[in-house]
Amino acid sequence: MDIVRILFSYIIFPGFIFSAIVGLFLTWIDRKVTARIHWRVGPPWFQPYADFLKLLLKETIIPEGSSKTLFLLGPLLGIISMSILAVMLFSMNFNPTSSFVGDVIVIVYLLALPPIGIIIGGSSSRNTLASVGASREMTQYFAYELPFLISLVIIILKAGGSIKFGEIVLAQQAQGPFLYSISGVIAAVVILLCIQAKLSFVPFDSPEAEQEIMCGPYIEYSGVALAIFKLARAMMLFLLPLFLISLLWGGFADWWAIPKFLLIIVLIVLIKNTNPRLRIDQALKSFWIGLGMLSIIGLVLAFYGL
Amino acid sequence: MRRVVPIGPYHPLQEEPEFFKLIVEGEKVVDLEINIGYNHRGHEFISQTLTWDQVPFLVERICGICSDSHPYAYVLAVEDCAHITPPPRAQYIRTIIGELERIHSHYLWLGLAGHFIGYNTVWMWVWRYREPLLDLFELIMGNRNHYAINKIGGARRDILPEDYPEIEKYLNLLEKKNAMFTNAILDDPVIRARLENVGVLTKEEAIAYAVTGPTARGSGYACDVRKDDPYDAYDKVDWNAIVFEEGDVLAKAKVRLLECDESIKIVRQCLKNMPDGPIETRVDDIPTGEGIGRHEAPRGEVFHYVRSDGSNMPVRHKIRAPSYMNIASNVVAVKGYSIADAALVLAAVDPCYCCTDRTFVYEKGKKKYSGQDLLRLSLEKTEKIKRRYGK
Repeated sequence: MDIVRILFSYIIFPGFIFSAIVGLFLTWIDRKVTARIHWRVGPPWFQPYADFLKLLLKETIIPEGSSKTLFLLGPLLGIISMSILAVMLFSMNFNPTSSFVGDVIVIVYLLALPPIGIIIGGSSSRNTLASVGASREMTQYFAYELPFLISLVIIILKAGGSIKFGEIVLAQQAQGPFLYSISGVIAAVVILLCIQAKLSFVPFDSPEAEQEIMCGPYIEYSGVALAIFKLARAMMLFLLPLFLISLLWGGFADWWAIPKFLLIIVLIVLIKNTNPRLRIDQALKSFWIGLGMLSIIGLVLAFYGL
Repeated sequence: MRRVVPIGPYHPLQEEPEFFKLIVEGEKVVDLEINIGYNHRGHEFISQTLTWDQVPFLVERICGICSDSHPYAYVLAVEDCAHITPPPRAQYIRTIIGELERIHSHYLWLGLAGHFIGYNTVWMWVWRYREPLLDLFELIMGNRNHYAINKIGGARRDILPEDYPEIEKYLNLLEKKNAMFTNAILDDPVIRARLENVGVLTKEEAIAYAVTGPTARGSGYACDVRKDDPYDAYDKVDWNAIVFEEGDVLAKAKVRLLECDESIKIVRQCLKNMPDGPIETRVDDIPTGEGIGRHEAPRGEVFHYVRSDGSNMPVRHKIRAPSYMNIASNVVAVKGYSIADAALVLAAVDPCYCCTDRTFVYEKGKKKYSGQDLLRLSLEKTEKIKRRYGK
């Protein structure tokens, strides 16, 4: 019975299938809001599902001379880690006292897997543009990870030194969301921009800049493999804002989570549409110097309980 | 380690056939090789098989964006050859269309530049305010893009007085929006970070590569046919040539944005001072001789040369489009910048590949004639012609 329940939670709800369906719907919101900002009409609501199905029916071409295993492993890493992340996020919010092993360190590793998948896929494609994209992805990963980790330390400090998810959520239920303090706001801003970079959205989309390197790591992907990459991206669009809400904005176990969630999505789309792309060296500088300094200030404030 | 990053043969963004071989070390571009010749259509030859009055419709189709520039320069060349002065009203009409076309071409570039730096909102917004201009063209001339306004000895269509308020209405809208874009683009710190000190073409390099148009004016080299060698109504209106010294992409963007303001000024004055009268003179035949026409197209000076032997067709028609000069300067402008900047720098000259295309002869995968070979062949031919005429 337990096995069935575990499989159900990983594969159907809230794991793979549920987060995939919601994630694809969110990509529609992204596209529609973007289109309205551009004075365009935008696609109908089923467009992402249609795109996904179409890609499933297409032939998957593996470039000659590339490592087949690595090439196909790249897209898989993303959806596997995102399915696990979905289960962890939901269990920590709806059942915070359970003994489920889930802490911030695990999340950091799970969030590292999609970029690693992109890097593996890009470098095994035997394509110059893909390897340029993969190297940019690597640079960007190291760039945003520093302020991201410091912000997580802020959250851990505010939760009284606990790295367990359940305890972070419980601490917020007891003393109010961490967001309502100066260091909490700083952590939220930094994590929001890191989410932007994790999603490869403008201004941090140089790893896959279509105008420069023609989608970089994805250039050789087609058919099912590309569909899975897109799906992993869609799931991230669903799960990363939830992650932000549960760590900083009091969790999502009540109905207030829906407007909070939509607000974060709209913020992400707005940042995406009101900025040009940063060059990779500029992105590195802004993450390490700009956001790095900001998060260290937040850390000091959190240390003094502000 | 040197590697080749290809842009082309089908440009991912500009949707035109050309091939840039970026030779890179890491992310840094160390050299650039430009290959064109994928789209050669032999316009010069075709035009020598058409009558004088058919050629404007042909050369109009050289470029879809500056479709007024080529026929404009061509009719100037033929009028120079036949010593015709078009009536004043026709001159004003041509000037108005030439300037409106400059606005729409610069807006097209501005939108694309936004797209190149990943700022799609700029792209869509700029094109949104370019759209009414195309509607305006349709109102005046019945066509959004191929206006067919130029005719040897005048203009083909009149701008009706009842259309003046429509043009004025659009100019008022554009004046506001152009100010908005100028402020928005020049004040945005992230845009400045992407455009400033990128793709610098110094004044010396600009002169050495003989670039024209906004590319030259952005490098501090004030060349503008409208000022240097005024034609039609350009010396009867008051306007300024926009020149910036920096030579980077931002300077080129500034030149184009502020030139739109100047174009608005020119069109307004033309509408105000438009004389009445006929719009064409009767041209019976083109006498033997040769003529040169120069027009400041949105991208720079477009040059047409025609020679007549008194028949109803040109015996020689030579076209030089501005992009031909500007694209060559990419070789120096792009060196030392990253791949991320390269796409932008290559687009900063507002290239038009269909204007630029020339033929290349390839034999067994190798280019048959180099530049030196072509020079030698040309000299040999000149010698042959000299011998034939006994000089």
